[in-house]
Amino acid sequence: MTATAVAPAPAASSAVDRVRRARRRPARRVRLVLTALAAAACAAVLVRVLLGEYVVALADLVPILRGEPLPNAPGASFIVMEAKLPRALLGALAGLAFGAAGAMFQTTLRNPLASPDIIGTSLGASAAAVVALTTLDAQGLWLPAAAVAGALAVSLLMHAVGRGTGLAGQRMVLVGIGIAAMLSSVIQLVMTRTSIQDAQAALVWLTGSLARATWPVIGLLAVALVVLAPVLALCARWMRLAELGDDLSTTLGVPAGRARRGLVVAVAMAAVATSATGPIAFVAFLSGPIARQLCGGRPSLWAAALVGAVVVVLSDFAGDYLIPDVNLPVGVVTGALGAPLMLAVLVTAGRAGKA
Amino acid sequence: MSTTRTADRTGVTPPAATRSGSGPVLVAVLLVLLLVAVLSSITLGSKAVPFTDVARVLTGDGDGIADRGIIEARVARTVVGVLVGAALAVAGAAMQGLTRNPLADPGLLGVNAGASLAVVVAIAVFGVGSLTGYVWWAMAGAGLAAVLVHALAGLAGGGVTPLRLTLAGAAVTAGLASWSSGLLVSSKQSFDSFRFWQVGTIGGRGLDLVVTVLPFFAVGLALVLLTVRRLDALALGDDLARGLGENLVLARAAVALGVAVLCGASTALAGPIGFLGLVVAHGARFAVGPDHRRIIPVCLVGGPALLLLADTVGRLVAQPSEVQAGIMTAVVGVPIFVLLVRRGRMASL
Repeated sequence: MTATAVAPAPAASSAVDRVRRARRRPARRVRLVLTALAAAACAAVLVRVLLGEYVVALADLVPILRGEPLPNAPGASFIVMEAKLPRALLGALAGLAFGAAGAMFQTTLRNPLASPDIIGTSLGASAAAVVALTTLDAQGLWLPAAAVAGALAVSLLMHAVGRGTGLAGQRMVLVGIGIAAMLSSVIQLVMTRTSIQDAQAALVWLTGSLARATWPVIGLLAVALVVLAPVLALCARWMRLAELGDDLSTTLGVPAGRARRGLVVAVAMAAVATSATGPIAFVAFLSGPIARQLCGGRPSLWAAALVGAVVVVLSDFAGDYLIPDVNLPVGVVTGALGAPLMLAVLVTAGRAGKA
Repeated sequence: MSTTRTADRTGVTPPAATRSGSGPVLVAVLLVLLLVAVLSSITLGSKAVPFTDVARVLTGDGDGIADRGIIEARVARTVVGVLVGAALAVAGAAMQGLTRNPLADPGLLGVNAGASLAVVVAIAVFGVGSLTGYVWWAMAGAGLAAVLVHALAGLAGGGVTPLRLTLAGAAVTAGLASWSSGLLVSSKQSFDSFRFWQVGTIGGRGLDLVVTVLPFFAVGLALVLLTVRRLDALALGDDLARGLGENLVLARAAVALGVAVLCGASTALAGPIGFLGLVVAHGARFAVGPDHRRIIPVCLVGGPALLLLADTVGRLVAQPSEVQAGIMTAVVGVPIFVLLVRRGRMASL
């Protein structure tokens, strides 16, 4: 009697165990990847700060950060605090923002090619910022404000026009590409109207550069990230359902529109980062797919953000020192490296039946 | 009830029989419009010139006329506008038929970005400084980019869908643009020449440059016109076209070569001008139905009319300066593109 009641229990528990193990393994892999990426991001920042044409000893870093004088290396403090550290931090923060925003877009719109730098939201920020820079001579807080306003306006327009049933995600992407084309001609028009100095400055900014790294800019971006990241984390829960498609997501209790609302947060994040560094090519586009590969096929917002940070910081380092006597903006490096990677994404996305 | 709604949504057009007679009439109306556009392009601008003066200059009797220089420049501008408008509209229609993609346009499919990068390389690396020098580079770049985008969109297998092609175009554009700016940020002089080419304008080109590029327009147009019947077969889909006895590879290659030559020559002459091909070809398809033998003549006349009107309006709205034609076509074209996407006509080709 008792034997028959007990007998099924081990079998049942072993099945439960198997399911539990099967579910845990990917989760453990994601945790492992996140830890490794966080370490890589810290290492990248350290490399950017310590190495280069002017090498700073690791032992000197702590006194420099504390503001103590260094008798054996008098210039080190200035170089670290005014040049190297701001660039590294700005690159890391912007990379985090671009990576997270890109992954959010790609997962919610269910298209690996639908990142803010392809479908016009980054261009909305760029166009607004370039107009503000060249015609209104915007300074300080007005520049990020203009960028966010431009990106949000473009996104709302995309949402309003692309809304509808069924193909809504696809339609939004196509509308976004159309709007991007129009905005780039607005930028071109502005470029022909200003002095060559202003146009050149705007071009460097449009390429994506960390040269404007100052502590106020970094502070602003950091505050924006601290405010927006928790909201984005909330939306990330809907994001995984949105990936199942509109119908299934609605059945499971999350209307498709809700996840798309999370995009507004991603738009704001990308826009603030864009106002600080310019649109750094391909970071938003590539971080998501790279992170997904690392995590064994699971989308992870945080992994994408960390990949973005690593990519931006290391690319900036490469742009500064790869070719002697030539300082390439970070956007040129990511663009040049990103183009072949983009082909790979396009091919694998097509194989998987997406896009 | 439900059937009519489905028909609306998939963009099924009314029976072609009701519109079969409208082709020649439309072409005649467009010819009148083109005439108006040509006249206003020559006479209007920041300084209006009387028509009698224009007639005297054109007949070679312009010695005593103060505005002779202005008139000659505007005549050259108008000739460029007619050529580029016709070429882009025909190329747009052929590209749409060839790819069975209603959203095909040189501005969207990376062709303009390819031409731009080639011109940047010419300016920054090889020190080419004149429009005549840009011509060859722009054409080569346009052709290579077109091949690249199509190869990319088809690489994954499973057919070239409009969405995939458009995204491949956008992605290639983004990639090529960052290579361009990489070259431009390090050289102020290069950027100064490039920023004015990049915007796309039909002004400031001499007739000598037109003569250089003219053979390419002729070859491109001839290729498309000769293969226009095959476009109809291709539009039926690969299987049906093969069933009708078409040599698909040959037909595709001929049309594609014609399109690349037309786009390259236009970009070489006027810089990148987007959305004209998209808008005119769609207007034509909407008005005369899906038969390319009717669409192409409408494009041939409608393209120049639209481009010249856009250019003239661009000159009038921002006097004494101007808004370049490339900007005007984007401003007019994007809302139409969005409308097309919204109406779901993507499936109708």
